[in-house]
This record gives sequence, C-alpha cells and structure tokens, in this order.
Amino acid sequence: MKLMHCPLNGPRNISEFQYGGVVKTMPDPVAGSDDAWRDYIVYEPNVAGPVLEWWCHLPTSYWFIAERDTVSDRIIRTMPAAEMFGATPAAGDET
Amino acid sequence: MPFALLKYGLRRRYRPVPDLPPEPDLKKRYDVVIIGGGGHGLATAYYLATVHGIRDVAVLEKGYLAGGNTARNTAIIRSNYLTPEGVAFYDESVRLFQGLSEEFDFNILYSERGHLTLAHTDAAIRTARWRAEVNKHLGVASEVIYPDEIARLAPNLNLSRDVRHPVLGALYHEPGAIARHDAVAWGYATGAARRGVSILQKTEVTGIVKDGDRAIGVETNRGRIEAGQIVQQVAGASTLLADMAGFRLPIRTVPLQACVSLPVKPFLDPIIVSGSLHVYISQTPRGELVMGGASDPYPLYGTRSTLDFKEGLMANMLELFPFLAEMKILRQWAGMTDMSPDFSPIMGETPIRNYWLDSGWGTWGFKATPVVGKRMAETVATGTVPELIRPFRLARFDDIELLGDKGAASVGH
Repeated sequence: MKLMHCPLNGPRNISEFQYGGVVKTMPDPVAGSDDAWRDYIVYEPNVAGPVLEWWCHLPTSYWFIAERDTVSDRIIRTMPAAEMFGATPAAGDET
Repeated sequence: MPFALLKYGLRRRYRPVPDLPPEPDLKKRYDVVIIGGGGHGLATAYYLATVHGIRDVAVLEKGYLAGGNTARNTAIIRSNYLTPEGVAFYDESVRLFQGLSEEFDFNILYSERGHLTLAHTDAAIRTARWRAEVNKHLGVASEVIYPDEIARLAPNLNLSRDVRHPVLGALYHEPGAIARHDAVAWGYATGAARRGVSILQKTEVTGIVKDGDRAIGVETNRGRIEAGQIVQQVAGASTLLADMAGFRLPIRTVPLQACVSLPVKPFLDPIIVSGSLHVYISQTPRGELVMGGASDPYPLYGTRSTLDFKEGLMANMLELFPFLAEMKILRQWAGMTDMSPDFSPIMGETPIRNYWLDSGWGTWGFKATPVVGKRMAETVATGTVPELIRPFRLARFDDIELLGDKGAASVGH
C-alpha cells in the first residue's frame, strides 16, 4: 500500500489518512463578503502538478499539510501546519 | 454459407470497408470546433450534422478516438435519478439509446436488464422511496421492492439476514440497461464523418484564442485553427481547458477505478448496485462481470489502478455473491472524472462568448451521451440553451441553485 509520512506518527498506510482539500485562504469570518465565501466553498483550483493540501491522520486526528504532485501522485513532503501558519496560540494566550 | 465466407476472405481483391473515412487534412477554419473526441463530442458533432445541417465541424482529440472515459466507464444506462431536472434529462437519454442501433444501422448491444439499487439501511430505503416517487411522477418506471421480489429477479444474490449488511429492499428500475460503450462512440463517429465532419486525432489543444471576451479559435500542436464556435467536452481535463479559456470551474479531477472478470456463463441478468457497500456489478453479453465501486479518496490527474481499491470492492462484493470468491480479474482501469460539487453536470454558457461548456460529468457521463450530443448540438446551432439542460448551467454555483443528485448519481461518495 502507498505510504504517507505523517509528521507526528511517521510513515503510515495511505488508508489511514483522510484528504482534506487544498490549502486555501479562508475569507475573514466577519468581514468576508458572500461572494468571497462562495468562491472559497465552491470553486476549485484543481491544479495539475504540485499542490499544498490538508490531510488528517485519522487514528490520531492529527491535521497537517502535504505537498503532493497531482499528476504523478508523488508525495513531495509533509509538514506540521504550524510550519505554514505559525504556532497555534496556547489556551489563555489570546489577546 | 461458411464456404462463401471462406471464398470471400481468400479473394485477392477483397477490400475491407473502413468504419471511418481517412482523416481529412486540417483546415484553417471551421464553423464549429469541438474539443474532445469522446462519446459526448462525437455525439454533438453527429447531431450538428444530422439534425442541424452544420457539417463544417472539427472534432479535436489529443489522443485516439474515444480513448478516455468513453472507454473507461461501466456502460450502465438508467434514468432513476433524484432531482426532477435530472430524471427528465436522463429519461430523454434512455429513450435515445433505445433507438441508436437502428439509427446507426450498427449494433451497440443495447441490453435492457433492469437495475436494482440495494438498500441495506432504513435511510437507504427512504431514499429509494423518494427516488421512486419522483421517478413515477415524471413517468419513469421505478418502484421499491423487497427481498422476495429481489430473489425472483436475481436468484444468485445473497439475501441472507446473517451478513454484516442484510438487504432490506431495493429500488427497481426496469428500463436500466447496458450497452457496448465503444460501439456508441464508433456509431456516432462514423455517422458524423460520413456527413463531412472532420475527426482529427492526435490534435491537442494548447490554447484558446480570444478577441476580448469572445473565443475565435484554438491553438493546437498542429497550428492555429479559427472557429465560429467552440465546444469543450473533455471530462477530467475540464479545468485545464477552462484555465486556457480564462474562466473558473467548481470541478475536482478524481480517478474512478473499475475492473472486469474472466467471462463466465450468463447467471446475472439485472444490474446490481449497492450504495452502502460501494459496489456495482453487471454481466456483459460476453459473460464478463463488470465491477466498479467508489471514486478514489483523493484527487489525481492519473489513471493508475490500486490494489486498495480492488480489496475494498471485492470484500463487499463477496457479501453479495460469495460464490465469486474464486473468480479471476481479467482487466483493470481507471478514468479521470470531473466531479462537480452537487453531483450534477455543468452544461451551456460560459463567461466566454462563442465558447460552450459540457463538463461536470463525474461518474455519470456515459449514460448521457446521446442527450448531451442532441442538446449541445441544439445549443450551438440555435445559440440558446434548451429548457431541458438550462438548470445545469455553470452560473448555478454563483446563484447557489444547486441540483443535489448525490443520492442517485453514484455510489460511495
């Protein structure tokens, strides 16, 4: 079976993972217009080539980001989401 | 008779009649350029030539004729959909299919088998009832039946209660049929070519030539071609073409795998589908079992086959037909499907003038081949989108007037 390298659990069978869509910038929940939300939800870049995607390792509910080539099905690299978006603020850290 | 045939075969002057006339030279301009030489594109060219008298048509195919999803489907034809728009549309397709062999004077092996969508849960029974009522209201033969009746139609099916997902009932669609998919494409191709349509293989579109918001031609690997109107009918490559033309699509390209077994004696008359078990299976006139299941779990522009898919499919199929455990797989394949968010197709106008769209065919495109051809030809010839296919417009995603057919379009999504 095809293997994917989970940043938390190491190499695992691809059947343990759930695809979560391409990484897109979410519209601002308060200021985002209806059109911006529609574009975000409906339209797909559907790129043929390397693309950044959300994946989840189901047994551990761990979401991370993978760069995958959608033509060759090669997984180029995987990384914790924090590497792209910075560390999640710890509870009580909100300003 | 056998001697006559032998004599004919050994004759020196024996001249085979080719199905397709030799490929014509590429012209600088055509009234209509169809991108994609699959079933849909060939059918559109055929009806443009036969119904509307538009014969200055080129069908451009980057590979070989009908070598994409037309050759990679499971050839099931039915109209028992969920949305009234979908039912009316596919019903016209079924009726066109029924007359195709006669129209082509070429046997497409159309075989009416009856179509059983098995229900293993209360929720599935509820959807089956819903579909049956919508279908009956629109004059399509559909009814919910229960295990005694299922056993009569498919005596080999395992209806034991002692399994993980016992069969509680089924949606029975009597007109459900299968056909030889290649023959459908050849029939349309031959009919179109004989009437003057140019079918150009190994001709890949690499760009769309525009004048403002109007499409005026295409760039190909064989040079520029001017076009009065352009129709895009390219399934899994829909987004790539739309990118060239300069508009967005809500489509994801996801592989759908299928396989066939060795041929065996006929034992399975109806087409058996189970949404809960992610299985569909039918037996061709040659005796092969055609089997398919759910789409791949993530998008890919590729047609590779995986062992995971077959393991998952077989595990479930053996619950329905345990005696197939020793059966051998003969061939496997995958097609690149263009999945739309609401599991309905996308047809008609695009933001680009003179550029028509036929896409979003996901896992349900083969059964629509004739009606798409007829109605897209009408669209191109008259410049207006017919009432029957207007609900499937691209702009429905902007107005959020979706046509949710997920419960009826396919299994296991």
